[in-house]
Amino acid sequence: MKYEYLPWLILFLPLLSVAVITLFTLRSKTVSSLISIGAVATGFVMTLLFINANGFQFSGELPCNWLSIGEAPGGLQIDFGLKLDALSMMMLLVVTGVGGAIHIYSFGYMHEDRSRARFFAFMSLFTFSMLGIVLANNFLMMFIFWELVGVSSYLLIGFWFEKPSAGDAAKKAFITNRLGDFGFLAGILMVWGLLGSLNFGVLQTSLAANTVTLGASATLAGLLVFCGAMGKSAQFPLHVWLPDAMEGPTPVSALIHAATMVAAGVYMLCRIFFLLNADALHAIAYIGGFTALLAALMAVQQNDIKRIIAYSTLSQLGYMVMTVGLNGPTPAMFHLTTHAFFKALLFLGAGSVIIGMHHEQDIWQMGNLRKKMPVTFLTFTIGTLALCGVPPFSGFYSKDAILAQALKQNNHLLFGVGVFVAALTTFYTFRLFFVVFFGKEKSKAAAHAHESPLVMTLPLIALAAFAFAGGFIGIMNNYGSQFVAGHEQLSMAQQASEPFKNIFPMVCGLGAVAVGLLLAFSLYKNADTDPLPAKLGGLATAMKNKFYFDELYEATFIRAHDFIAEVADWMDRWILEGAIIGTIRGGTDLGGRALRLAQTGNLQTYAFLFVLGVALVLYFVLGK
Amino acid sequence: MHVGLHHYLFVSFMLFSLGLLGVIMRRNLLVIYMSLELMLNAANLALVAFSRFNNKLDGQVLVFFIITVAAAEVAVGLALIVALYRKRQSAHVEDLTSMKL
Repeated sequence: MKYEYLPWLILFLPLLSVAVITLFTLRSKTVSSLISIGAVATGFVMTLLFINANGFQFSGELPCNWLSIGEAPGGLQIDFGLKLDALSMMMLLVVTGVGGAIHIYSFGYMHEDRSRARFFAFMSLFTFSMLGIVLANNFLMMFIFWELVGVSSYLLIGFWFEKPSAGDAAKKAFITNRLGDFGFLAGILMVWGLLGSLNFGVLQTSLAANTVTLGASATLAGLLVFCGAMGKSAQFPLHVWLPDAMEGPTPVSALIHAATMVAAGVYMLCRIFFLLNADALHAIAYIGGFTALLAALMAVQQNDIKRIIAYSTLSQLGYMVMTVGLNGPTPAMFHLTTHAFFKALLFLGAGSVIIGMHHEQDIWQMGNLRKKMPVTFLTFTIGTLALCGVPPFSGFYSKDAILAQALKQNNHLLFGVGVFVAALTTFYTFRLFFVVFFGKEKSKAAAHAHESPLVMTLPLIALAAFAFAGGFIGIMNNYGSQFVAGHEQLSMAQQASEPFKNIFPMVCGLGAVAVGLLLAFSLYKNADTDPLPAKLGGLATAMKNKFYFDELYEATFIRAHDFIAEVADWMDRWILEGAIIGTIRGGTDLGGRALRLAQTGNLQTYAFLFVLGVALVLYFVLGK
Repeated sequence: MHVGLHHYLFVSFMLFSLGLLGVIMRRNLLVIYMSLELMLNAANLALVAFSRFNNKLDGQVLVFFIITVAAAEVAVGLALIVALYRKRQSAHVEDLTSMKL
């Protein structure tokens, strides 16, 4: 392996940026933003250099012993090591590349913000944590960075903490993630208990030796580890935090909730794919499929531009998790990568619209923006087409790979779910698209909207290029070489015609797109208000209210939690504070009062006591 | 009757006890003070007696010290009592139960 120092630099540059910004340059906003952008951009260049020197077809580790408890067999040996293979290389490219574009975009988006320096420090912290997850070569290191990602996302979602809603959303995201992480940690401990190591490479070889003997406990360990992915990748039933997290600045939504953090769950599942046995995969597939369906339905009736995209993200993440469960880490990672391109593009486009509309997020206040914001419109169109899976955009290839995988596994139910969700995706995406960019201006702000500056449109254009071409630039090749033995490397033309090998899923996918598009076109082409609630009635209300999951959790878990908290409070107040501490305090007080009676202040009493004391001493010294 | 060490010590003990009783029982600060002197002198008597009967002069040297120190103590103590009396218009111990003036 050449340039072994490069991965370390890539990992630690953003951390250095955090340190420099918080220690020295908090007062200078421009310098801080440039440092942060520089750190991630340099990381991107270094990743390219490293890949250029080593290629994708290699697998290596840069270990460096960190903790060792006990002797080698049986003891706990933990590295702080980097895992370098096609999977982590591709993710490095996504995190530093897409992340870099988002950093540059933020320079324009956050231009007016007073605490820009703090924002960029948090962005760098997040990048550092995410790179740590990507590069970790063992469970413990991954878990530590996993938590760091949780913290930095908490900081970023709650960046505008003066707004109570942002603070609440940040807490909700953090606590919901903690629930998943609890399972993750339990899973990690269980893996260690079963296999005696936390290193991914060691685990893989030792698991290959004794798959039969583990059985049910391996399923349980896999599902517990999946809990972590459930939190980070916002899978049902822990999906509630993601839409609320839209309270953060839009670049944060793009970085965290499209390209990286939510992808971490799927990435982790693919990294530990060898650990998941058939039963665990089955459960994972159905949870993913259910999330995809649920979120797509919710997205249909949202009116906040960012929330629509957020639910779409949920739904696409469900897709990816479902695909992992369908024994297809390659298509899942493929979709993750293309999704990172086009969803970051959509979020950034939405951010551009929001800035152009002077912080209006309701799509029913927009309209006819295609003339006012041509660059945003064009790039957003590419993102929309890619998300819906229109050929030859990248989403078409990855979605087709997913549908083909479902069919290959003979899971017709999930195949049907996939096709239906594809139709829904097209429907709600084009609903957003038509309402925002077509029709007539629905408010004064829409009439006076303006295009965003170049620093914001350039990242859009770059992402749009990848959202367009992502399907045939070798992404699938690289992932395939990681997961499938003897995976053949396809040329660009072969990749472009890959879907034609399986005509049926392709036709189903395209049919779904056509249905969704036609429906959206007929309903929303010139709509001023949403015609759907009148047609669907109660179902539309349920969709709009996210099927009342927040209310359900409020009524059950949060109520139960409040009850326990009240009991604990009562215990603390009356048992600990009242009975135990009260007795000690009261006893001391009483003793003090009794002793105070002896302190009369009368000289002669003291003299008398003194003499008594002397007499007593004399008696004991001399008398015996 | 032969007068021995015991007799001297008995007188010394009586003097000491009388002084102690005076300190504990009497109310007037001046009288308490005089009783204190009585106790000191009881100690002196005992020391002289020991010195005489042991044929050593150490005790008598100590007595000189005690007399000197007692004189100094009387000077300071009487000054304090006079100052207290001026402040409080009283030289009774019951009136002097607090540290503050």
